[in-house]
Amino acid sequence: MVTVKLWGSLRDHAGGCEVVEVEASNFKELLDALVVKHPGLKPQIDRGVSLAVDGLVYRNSWFTEVKPDSEVVLMPYMKGG
Amino acid sequence: MNFQSKTKADFKVVGTRVPRPDGVDKVTGRALYGADFSVPGMQVGLILRSPHAHAIINSIDASDALALPGVKAVVTSSDLGVPEDEGLRDVQDNCLARGKVLYDGHAVAAVAAKDMATAKAALKLIKVDYTPLPHVTDVDAAMKPDAPVVQEARADESVPEGSGPNVTHYCEFGHGDLEAGFARADKIIERSFKTAATHQGYIEPHACLASYGTDGKADLWCCTQGQFMVRDLCAGIMGMEGSQLRVTASEIGGGFGGKTTVFIEPVALALSRKSGRPVKIVMSRVDVFRATGPTVSSSMDVRIGMTRDGRITAGEAKLRYQGGAFPCGTVDMGAQAAFAAYDMEAVRTQGWNTLTNRPKEAAYRAPGAPMAIYAVESVVDELCQQLDLDPLDVRLKNAADAGTKSSYGPTFDQIGLMATLEAAKAHDHYHAPLGENQGRGLSCGFWFNFGGNTSVSMIINSDGTVGVTEGNPDIGGSRASISMMAAEELGIPYDKVRTVITDTNSIGHNDVTDGSRVTFAVGLATIKAARDAIRVMCGRVAKIWGIDPDAVIWEDGAAKPSGPNAGNFEPMTLAEIAAISSETGGPIAGHHEVNAEGAGVSFGVHLADVEVDPETGATQVLRYTVFQDAGKAVHPDYVEGQMQGGAAQGIGWALNEEYIYGEDGLLQNAGFLDYRIPVASDLPNIDTVILEIPNPGHPYGVRGVGETPIVPPLAALSNAVSRAIGVRLHELPMSPPKILKAITAKG
Repeated sequence: MVTVKLWGSLRDHAGGCEVVEVEASNFKELLDALVVKHPGLKPQIDRGVSLAVDGLVYRNSWFTEVKPDSEVVLMPYMKGG
Repeated sequence: MNFQSKTKADFKVVGTRVPRPDGVDKVTGRALYGADFSVPGMQVGLILRSPHAHAIINSIDASDALALPGVKAVVTSSDLGVPEDEGLRDVQDNCLARGKVLYDGHAVAAVAAKDMATAKAALKLIKVDYTPLPHVTDVDAAMKPDAPVVQEARADESVPEGSGPNVTHYCEFGHGDLEAGFARADKIIERSFKTAATHQGYIEPHACLASYGTDGKADLWCCTQGQFMVRDLCAGIMGMEGSQLRVTASEIGGGFGGKTTVFIEPVALALSRKSGRPVKIVMSRVDVFRATGPTVSSSMDVRIGMTRDGRITAGEAKLRYQGGAFPCGTVDMGAQAAFAAYDMEAVRTQGWNTLTNRPKEAAYRAPGAPMAIYAVESVVDELCQQLDLDPLDVRLKNAADAGTKSSYGPTFDQIGLMATLEAAKAHDHYHAPLGENQGRGLSCGFWFNFGGNTSVSMIINSDGTVGVTEGNPDIGGSRASISMMAAEELGIPYDKVRTVITDTNSIGHNDVTDGSRVTFAVGLATIKAARDAIRVMCGRVAKIWGIDPDAVIWEDGAAKPSGPNAGNFEPMTLAEIAAISSETGGPIAGHHEVNAEGAGVSFGVHLADVEVDPETGATQVLRYTVFQDAGKAVHPDYVEGQMQGGAAQGIGWALNEEYIYGEDGLLQNAGFLDYRIPVASDLPNIDTVILEIPNPGHPYGVRGVGETPIVPPLAALSNAVSRAIGVRLHELPMSPPKILKAITAKG
């Protein structure tokens, strides 16, 4: 299981959970599992999210590996100028 | 073959200050910008814009315009479809209003005519019947429950019930027990701030030339930060297949995020399709101000608690951003960045985006971060003043470092904030004496940086030179840095490499030149493309020598036997291998395609000394120093240029720049005479100190540098001015009348 930390305003759409545990080995599996567990997260995930894995931020990289002991933080999709 | 990453000591080309490849073209006028493209039969395109801040379009009658000799076509939103995708629909509706005009300057119709005079005359003949509606341009007013509704039902699911009708997005970040943190504080300060919308201020207005053929294929030349972005948006709006629209980016006279979307390109394509002629549109400066993206403006509340010895115990920020007449998510970035410089046990940021009757916001260097960090750094500075603490020591005491749980969630890896703070403390600027009416300000800054989709192709020419083809417009010196990294990896001189930026049909997709990504991501792909070419060259040499490819290594620009057991062969240089490529298997090339990750965040610290004239309220910047972690600085001149450019733009944001709207909702200062950006005589030499903390996510340790330097100037200037006049300021810009008012109120 991977422990995913959600940002504050997502918690209302995840049953009030600050962290969610899902069975996943990569970015894509993790997003799919989050939506299955908490369908309320789907609109934000569809709009785009980033994932911080052990401090490095990934944007929509499906096959980014996540391990059970990884620090995984869901973040909004990063945009720059 | 050993492809281990380089270490700093290995560099021969990277880190030097080679001549810029675009320099001669730019100083001689040979460089081709967006407005420089012309083709036979080309028509002039002009856009009719709304004179109202908010109005229903009842009808558009173009019959008189179309009857004018020399007019080839008129287009309105009815000439385009309605995209299913909400984001694309917003982009399109911003290019040509559909049903309502949402801000002063919103495009309504466009004409293609044989020349400028005819096009201008035709615009005057287009009759638009409007019903004006109530408008709102202020962020706080727009959030009220009874505010004029800019667009109906645009809130996403994040918006709490009971929010005003213009609120489209809400976000919240943080960790820890906020009230317990504040309970531990010896001093708590809570302040409210406002910042004005500012424009990116690029020198080159938007310009494009579209040629839509009768066979359904089209070409588009334009100034942009991303030709692939233009291709994708325009193809979506025009209902075209991507392969049928080739987009070529011109040289770019600045973008800073403002050219990461489209404004005129779909209009030019629609006019070209309808008229059967090529159509060129060049925006005026007035139109650039009225209708292209400024930043968000903001209203913010920040509360921070601190112990008397300078330890921050808790911090809270409430950020209200307006991004114009369409939803945007910029406040997400501000809310994440606000406290990123600090190691905090308790922190919470909340953000709201609201619609207003203003132009659709576009990115501007580190979008969302400068204003949020301005508010936080202002309160930290005031706490330092009230607790009689050294502001640099307080930053050092609280600075985020490797292992810090960031305010936005992830734990930091290797970061350079502590090093930049220590460099600032050791610098003579920090200890230089100040005179009467002078003040010194300090601020930290932060940006995330990212990588993204990148495609690079490299050819080894038979004469031993190298061509690199990439797909990101060179907005900050990337052709030089890409050539340098190619030369470094191949082991050849810099002047043997030429990097060109190609069109959308000639290479794989590249994301926009944004997010401080190009030197990082395109550099990474270039290094890997070079390694691909080296693999091919070593393979050819192995065949010539009759040994295993693994027994050939690449060193100093030549293939060599890996050791005595591999055989006794004279090294073969790249030029020697290239010269016989026809005989050894054909052309030699390398390429690499990647969605690059691992960009690594960036921190900076700025010091500003100012003198305020107590009679006029005018501020003179006396001295300015930028300290920034750049990772490995590939070309230090360009890195320093980014640091200086960001500081200059931030100084303008802090002191003078603002979108001013009248009671009628119309923009009052759409030109550089009334919207005052800093000119050379306004600024001192901006000193730079580059810290090179290698980014572990890049083979050469490169980090993005382009966005972080616009973040700290807002607070650095505000803190300096506040200390100079003895009154704390909470609103940007700090134009002379505002400063004079504050001095007068102090008495």
